[in-house]
Amino acid sequence: MIFNITRKELKSLFSSPMGWVVLALLQFVFGTFFLNGIEQYFQTMSGAIRPEQRIGVTEFVGANIFGIASFVMLFAVPLLSMRLISDERRQQTLTFLFSAPLSLTEIVVGKFLGLVTFLSIVIFFLAAMMSTLNFWAEIDFGYIAANVIGLWLLVASFSSLGLYVSSLTQQPIVAGIISFIALFALLLLDNFMAGDPTGTMSYLSLMRHFEPFSRGLLDTRDVAYFLLFIVTFLTLTVRRLDADRLRG
Amino acid sequence: MTTVTVEARELTRIYGGREAVRDVSFTLNKGEVLGFLGPNGAGKSTSMKMLTGNLAPSKGSVKICGIDMIENPKEAKALIGYLPEQPPLYRELTVDEFLAIAARLHRVSGSHVKKAVRIAKERCGLTEMGSRLIENLSKGYQQRVGIAQAIIHNPMVVILDEPTVGLDPIQIRDIRNLIKELGGEHSVILSTHILPEVEMVCDRVQIIHKGQMVFNGSIDVLKQQRHGNKLLVGLSRAPADEELLKIPGITGVESMAGGLLRVRYAEGGNPAELLVQAAVNQNWGLYQIQPDQTSLEEVFVQLTFQEQAA
Repeated sequence: MIFNITRKELKSLFSSPMGWVVLALLQFVFGTFFLNGIEQYFQTMSGAIRPEQRIGVTEFVGANIFGIASFVMLFAVPLLSMRLISDERRQQTLTFLFSAPLSLTEIVVGKFLGLVTFLSIVIFFLAAMMSTLNFWAEIDFGYIAANVIGLWLLVASFSSLGLYVSSLTQQPIVAGIISFIALFALLLLDNFMAGDPTGTMSYLSLMRHFEPFSRGLLDTRDVAYFLLFIVTFLTLTVRRLDADRLRG
Repeated sequence: MTTVTVEARELTRIYGGREAVRDVSFTLNKGEVLGFLGPNGAGKSTSMKMLTGNLAPSKGSVKICGIDMIENPKEAKALIGYLPEQPPLYRELTVDEFLAIAARLHRVSGSHVKKAVRIAKERCGLTEMGSRLIENLSKGYQQRVGIAQAIIHNPMVVILDEPTVGLDPIQIRDIRNLIKELGGEHSVILSTHILPEVEMVCDRVQIIHKGQMVFNGSIDVLKQQRHGNKLLVGLSRAPADEELLKIPGITGVESMAGGLLRVRYAEGGNPAELLVQAAVNQNWGLYQIQPDQTSLEEVFVQLTFQEQAA
């Protein structure tokens, strides 16, 4: 049943130009940064004479491109998530889902998975692009894997927050703007709290938990943080939709 | 054997201290078409939302084929097909795609989806529209898609909220036929404020006014109220009232505007034939005779008004 909702979401995304355009644009942006990264690598490395200055191509290009990806997703995810529930509310199609033999959790998780599946396509292309470096260099697949997992968790967290915000309003644009601001604040929380790096507030920052992944470090604490983040916002969304049914 | 498909008990819904629906109870048997009547804002749509589990009742319970909507919503919802006031359609999809999604979400097994879509399209006259985008369909066809999505999983109970709004007369007739046809094997609840529609398709009627049920009974009872025991007679050379009262069965005569007479008669005996004969024999110049029907609107107004006075 969850799968049916996911399938419906993907169908909706790909039956409008929106899905294709976002995919194409993201791919274009990442492709450009990938090419630039490689060019810069040659320039930098030709200048680096001492061995300790030299770093691997995976890390050099990867750090660049995955850093950019996390930033670009900050814009892309709210754009895609804003319609998820608000638009259904506006078009009155939410009734269609509520009347079907589905629990609210199934509806919410289904929608979440739909968006995450779509974004996984982007991440998959990104990983595939990085892997092509393997044709002429020996690359560090572990590093790529850690980055991919990190980016995937980050993007899933973005989606769950976007989904929740989308359930609060009828206007997709409002949902988009609010999710963008909320994500932006969460991402840069540790920058604001730079004076106190051990504080609770800066611990909540998404970027702080993404950073170990981008160094190639897979830390269960960070994985747990992202998973808790996702579960929290999905639960809030379910509660919000349930309130619809109760309060009308 | 009759099986109860819908059982609503003391449904109450309070919106911010105001009771939108109060103590609505009824049962519906298999194969019946129930008309839900009421003026605007009477609580029709609210009741329907509660019946379909879209809105939680403040008090009371709904049972679909014995399954409680609150305790076991998924099982209960699987037995219902619902068309809300505004048909819930994904405009960016084609009719086929949308109906396939509807079928899958309503637990039609994968191998039967195609067949279910085909049958639903046939029943709603959408066969040629399969590959059209819902966005590009006319309002009437969109309404049909809405009905098709409600019946695609062959539910026990079909609930339609004002299904004929915005349709042209031919489409209205088609949809009424479809509703009658559905009534054969499913139970149908139909909300509307178009009175003749109720008379045409429904077996039972419920009138709801200001959130309360003011009438609940078979359509025949309503028709009875409607026909009354009255004849409208036009005589160009009308005799004195006493002459008319001599005819057996006639209990009262009153003059009306336009020279017509309203003749009341006792329950059971219709004196029309005797009256015509008397008129011919005595040369009263009969030019018009017809049963005097109170319009359904009047009955409706009476029913909703009585309650207010009480």
